[in-house]
Amino acid sequence: MHMLVCGGTGCHASAGEMLFENLKKEVQENNLQDEVQVIATGCFGFCEKGPIVKVIPDNTFYVQVEPKDAKELIAEHAIKGRVIKRLLYIDPVKKEQIPDSKHMGFYKKQLRIALRNCGMIDPENIDEYLAADGYEAMGKVLLEMKPDAVIQEIIDSGLRGRGGGGFPTGVKWQIASKNHADQKYVVCNADEGDPGAFMDRSILEGDPHCVLEAMVINGFSIGATKGLIYIRAEYPLAIKRLKIAIDQARNYGLLGTDILGSGFDFDVEIRYGAGAFVCGEETALIRSMEGERGEPTFKPPFPAQSGYLGKPTNVNNVETYANIPVIINKGAKWFASIGTEKSKGTKVFALAGKINNVGLIEVPMGITLREVIFEIGGGIQGGKKFKAVQTGGPSGGCLTEKHLDTPIDFDNLLAVGSMMGSGGMIVMDEDDCMVAVAKFYLDFTVEESCGKCSPCRVGNKRLYEQLDLITKGKATEKDLDKLRNLSYVIRDTSLCGLGQTSPNPVLSTLDNFREEYLAHTNEHRCPAGVCKDLIRYEVIAENCVGCTACARNCPVNCISGERKQVHVIDQSLCIKCNACLEKCKFNAIAVI
Amino acid sequence: MTSIKVKLKESDVQKLKEVAKSFNNEAGELINVLHKAQEIFGYLPAEVQEVVAQELTIPVAKVYGVVTFYSFFTMLPRGRFPISICTGTACYVRGAEKVLDEFKRILKVPVGETTADGKFSITCLRCVGACGLAPVVMVGDKTYGRVTTDGVKEILKEYENED
Repeated sequence: MHMLVCGGTGCHASAGEMLFENLKKEVQENNLQDEVQVIATGCFGFCEKGPIVKVIPDNTFYVQVEPKDAKELIAEHAIKGRVIKRLLYIDPVKKEQIPDSKHMGFYKKQLRIALRNCGMIDPENIDEYLAADGYEAMGKVLLEMKPDAVIQEIIDSGLRGRGGGGFPTGVKWQIASKNHADQKYVVCNADEGDPGAFMDRSILEGDPHCVLEAMVINGFSIGATKGLIYIRAEYPLAIKRLKIAIDQARNYGLLGTDILGSGFDFDVEIRYGAGAFVCGEETALIRSMEGERGEPTFKPPFPAQSGYLGKPTNVNNVETYANIPVIINKGAKWFASIGTEKSKGTKVFALAGKINNVGLIEVPMGITLREVIFEIGGGIQGGKKFKAVQTGGPSGGCLTEKHLDTPIDFDNLLAVGSMMGSGGMIVMDEDDCMVAVAKFYLDFTVEESCGKCSPCRVGNKRLYEQLDLITKGKATEKDLDKLRNLSYVIRDTSLCGLGQTSPNPVLSTLDNFREEYLAHTNEHRCPAGVCKDLIRYEVIAENCVGCTACARNCPVNCISGERKQVHVIDQSLCIKCNACLEKCKFNAIAVI
Repeated sequence: MTSIKVKLKESDVQKLKEVAKSFNNEAGELINVLHKAQEIFGYLPAEVQEVVAQELTIPVAKVYGVVTFYSFFTMLPRGRFPISICTGTACYVRGAEKVLDEFKRILKVPVGETTADGKFSITCLRCVGACGLAPVVMVGDKTYGRVTTDGVKEILKEYENED
């Protein structure tokens, strides 16, 4: 019996590590070392209900397991074979206990290619990766294939870059292979800066070897012998597991000189990011690796011509790499049979926000937003109404009800004013103000703009200020046209992808939620009750029983009233902290 | 930048010089050296930047340019219990802003600064990737999930008697 404990960052944060230690201790105390293996794996994706324990072979799926549950798990499940019902997952819609992962709505519609090993193997043990066909694709490439054939295979598969741009990966490799130089580089972009996205981190934490394997294949096909992984310093666990993986691969002769006796040399080094969103852009990333400010440079020259240290460099994202070994093993034809006409394969999304099942999912291209949100995601939290879904992070747009049946792929999302991006997918409900959301993203862009080109540096700041005025009720309907025009200018004239896409949250909300903007500008009202300057808290007299809970919890003492009397809020002192509303048990506080 | 000059410990400066040497004093290793420097000193005041510039033979202005460009590097000392509030999108839609306001209100310091007694500092960070637990707050290495405005007081209480 295997007990798989999720060792991803999400579950780590909720005491997953202690649970793992306790389980191991219990196994030892019961002398079960030969029968029960406790393994810390990568992310299962079901972060909402972590820490997760999955029992193999019966696939029993325990959620929100606490360290103290270890004793019972071993005594009941491992020894007596009894399922512990109270730890099973309860379907949010049907309210039924689900015994195993095969029957969970969350997993049913998923197809795991890039995440194939996440949650299945111990990422710190190369033997487990090898047992899961690891490094087989690399062996095939190095010993049986010519570089051009490898590139052709990737082109035929139709794989497109998963970092956001969607550029055909094989074509990128081909360009890099044709530029001759004494030294070329292969770079893995693991600078996942999109807030609310954690796809790359989960792959690196759950299956680091698959990225290394793909980098060797990439290096062989373009003639590069050095690989660099540029990773965020904010991902300590991913860094640790990568380092372990690199050491193990070197020890096994899978990295280094004359790999598998093929005569091909390749080694990998890690470079650290330092928290700059713009460094996800490949030219900025290269500048950063050279120890400079991460400012993008004009293309051409493309990195494939002149990249790291002026040498031809191929940059691919983590998820893109995670697909490579499978494509080699199963063939381009197989991969191309999945997905839509122009977007092949699957895409990993970080599903988050006001949704029941927050987590990491991988779905075939062409699935609809509705299937993702309502079937896999289990619908909106607390029975609230769906309002919008934001894809593509700060570069994407907010889509609405009417887009829910759009099949997800690179081109469809662009056509409706958003983008695939790296795979963040944030769901919002009726309590979210779309003007405030647009402002939130612009705040991010302003902070992360590198400042090199003025449309982005100055323009986004002006956009932010304009949005700020709207949320304060100080703008007019005419200002909305200004907002739109400025957005177009920034989009059309910025140097890099950051500025070219940063107005997307504004444009898409202007298109899809114009009424909400008009409520702010014309009626000075925030329909969602979010924008502080446009709302006030009031006591509903007929509901108030005078329990004094609000007055006692008000941090600025602006609520007065005697016991058993209707209370009153002094608007001049109220800081709109929401404490009274949270405390009131009688629905006697309203946001107006 | 503060006008008061920071006196660096000689042993720490020596450590930093060794770090620079381990990277062959190469200018291209600036970011790696700064990461290590911040580990040694806790932050990167002008005085540390001067040492780095000297060791890598590059202008201090360039070091300053890089330090201020990346959000991971800080020129202000953090509190003994640094509080980081995740303001990624997932946490934002689940109420991170209210949590942040509550920390600011109770501790009476703005984002990026440290309380007068040097105990707490408040910073915002963008996504720790624990979106299932949103909104997320970190105090040092400890993660708190699903934090409410009420929860803020509870968290601070835990550190009441610690120093």
